[in-house]
Amino acid sequence: MKKLAYVGIGMAFSAALLAASGNITVKGSDTLVRLGQRWAEEYMKKNPGVVIQVSGGGTGTGIAALLNGTTDVCQASRDMKEKEYQQAKEKGIAPKRISVALDGIAVFLHESNPVKELSLAQLKGIYTGAISNWKEVGGPDARIVLYGRENNSGTYAFFKEHVLNEEDYSEYTQTLPGTAAVVNAVSKDKNGIGYGGIAWATGVRFAAVKRADDAPAVSPTIETIVNGSYPISRDLYWFFGGNPSGELKKLVNWALSEEGQKLAEAMDYVPLPKDKAMANMIE
Amino acid sequence: MTKAMQALQFKPKSRWREFLGEKLISMNAFLALAAILLIFVFVFKEAIPLFTDPEIRAEAGLDKLLFKQEFYAGREAKWSWQPNSEVPKYSLLPLFLGTLKAALVAMVFAVPLGVGAAIYTSEFSSRRLREIIKPLIETLAAIPSVVLGFFALMVLATWLQNLLGLTFRLNALNAGIALGLAVVPIVFTVAEDAMMSVPRSLRDAAVALGANPWQVSFTTVLPAAAPGIAAGVVLGFGRAVGETMIVLMASGNAAIISLSFLESVRTFSATVAAELAEVVFGSGHYTVLFMIGSLLFLFTFIVNLGGDIALNRLKRRLQGRTT
Repeated sequence: MKKLAYVGIGMAFSAALLAASGNITVKGSDTLVRLGQRWAEEYMKKNPGVVIQVSGGGTGTGIAALLNGTTDVCQASRDMKEKEYQQAKEKGIAPKRISVALDGIAVFLHESNPVKELSLAQLKGIYTGAISNWKEVGGPDARIVLYGRENNSGTYAFFKEHVLNEEDYSEYTQTLPGTAAVVNAVSKDKNGIGYGGIAWATGVRFAAVKRADDAPAVSPTIETIVNGSYPISRDLYWFFGGNPSGELKKLVNWALSEEGQKLAEAMDYVPLPKDKAMANMIE
Repeated sequence: MTKAMQALQFKPKSRWREFLGEKLISMNAFLALAAILLIFVFVFKEAIPLFTDPEIRAEAGLDKLLFKQEFYAGREAKWSWQPNSEVPKYSLLPLFLGTLKAALVAMVFAVPLGVGAAIYTSEFSSRRLREIIKPLIETLAAIPSVVLGFFALMVLATWLQNLLGLTFRLNALNAGIALGLAVVPIVFTVAEDAMMSVPRSLRDAAVALGANPWQVSFTTVLPAAAPGIAAGVVLGFGRAVGETMIVLMASGNAAIISLSFLESVRTFSATVAAELAEVVFGSGHYTVLFMIGSLLFLFTFIVNLGGDIALNRLKRRLQGRTT
C-alpha cells in the first residue's frame, strides 16, 4: 500500500515536471509557420507530455519576441541583422542559430505572361522601379505591377539584400500580408509579378532566373536549390535565446532527423542535405 | 400586485448593503475611466522619445517626418516611407495622403447612401417597411471588417479592374468603397435618429401651411436635423480614418505620393497594423508608429467630440432651449 502511494506521488511529481518543462513557444517567419506547425503536431503526437505553440507573424516579429523573451524558438527566413545582434547583446542574450531547412524564393508571373526568364539585374531593375514596362524584358507593352511582402517579412528582407543589393523597393510595390496573398494577387493580375517561397505557388508560373545576363536560366526546384544553382535560395533558421537544452534540444534534433526532414519535404519545403542536418544537431 | 412585480420591487435590506452597492457601481465607472486614461497615457508616452531621445531624434526627428529629405547625397529630395531601409525613411506625407484619399472615397460613397436611406425611412417609408430597413442596414455594421476587406480583395477589386480597365487592382477606390460599406450604417443611424427626433409639431405646422411631403422633409425636417446629419457624417469620417483591416487588405499598401484615386495607397492605421508587431520595443521605428497611433487617437477623439457637441446642440434646438 505504502509502495503504491510512493509510486503515485512519484508519478504525479514527474507529470508536474513534464508539464512544466514541456511548454515550448515557436514564433516568427510566415514562410516557416506551416512547417513549424506540422513538426509540432507530429512531435506532440510522439511525446504526449509536451505542448508546443506555433504562431507566425513574420521573422521580424519572431526576433522581437526572442529579444523580449516571449518565445523559446524564433523561426526566421533570414539571418539576424547586425543591429538585432547588437540589441540582443544589450539585453544579455546570446542568440544561437541553426538552419532547419532550405528554401528557394520563386518569382511568380501570371500564367499568360510570355516572359520566361529574368536575370538578377532585370529583377533588381523591376523591383527598384528602373524597369517599369514588360516590353523592356521581352514581354508585351504593359506597365509592370509589383507585388511584395510587408517589411516585417524575412522574404522581404532577403529579396532586398540578395536581389536589390539593399536598394529601396519601388514605392509602387504593393505590399500584401503573406505569400499566399501575393500568389493570389499575381494569379489574378496578368501584368503582375511577385516573389515568395516555392511551397505556396498555385495558379501562377515561376520565372527561371539567371545569375548574370549570359548565365543559364535556372528554374526553382528542390534539386537546383539543394545544389545551389538556383540564384535566390536561402537557409531557413531557428533562433534560440541560448544553447537549447532539455525538451527543446530533443525537439530540434528530431526536426533535423531524417524523419523531421522528410516531413519538410512532404510539405514542399526543401530538406537540408543529410550531412548538413547531422552537423547541425545539438550535442 | 402580481408576484413578479413584487419581486422587482427594490427594497434594500439594510443601509450597509445600499452603501456597498453604490460604491461598487461607482468603482466600476471609475475603473472604466481609468482604463481609458491609461491607454491614452501609454500611447502618448511611447511616442515621447521622438522629442526627447537624441538618438531617436537623429533617426526620426520631426523634420524627417514632415519635410522633404535628401536621403542619399546627390539624389533629389523626396517624401518616402521606407522604415526598414539602410537609411530609414519616415515621411508621414504619403501615409497622410493615402489615409485622406481612402477616407474621401468612403465618404463620397457612404454619405449619399446613408443620408438618402435615412431620409427615406424617416420621411417616406411606411412604418412596417421602416422596421425592416432599419435593422437591416444596422446589421451591416455587424459584419466583421475583415470580411469586408476580403470581399474587396477578392471580388470588388476584380470587378473594378474589369469595369474601368485599371492598371492597379488594389487602389484607393477599391479600399474606399469597402470602407464606405462600413461607414454607411454609422451615417444612416445617426442621421435617421436626428430626423426622427424632429418634433411632430414642426411637421404639422408645415403641413398646415400646405406643404407636400417632399416640401416638409426638405424645407423643414432636413434643416432642423442638419446638425445631427453633420454629426453622422463626421462620426463616419472618423471611422473611415481609423478603420484598419479593410485598408490593410484592399488598398495595396504602397506609400505613393499622388493624387490619383486609381493607384494604391497606404494608410496610417494599416501601417501601424502591418509594422507594429515587428519592431523592437523602444526603437526609432517603434516610436514613430506610436506617434502615428497618437495622431489617430487624437484625431478620432476630436472628431467624436465634435460629433457629440453637434448632436447635443441639435437636441437643445429641437427642444426649444436656446442656451
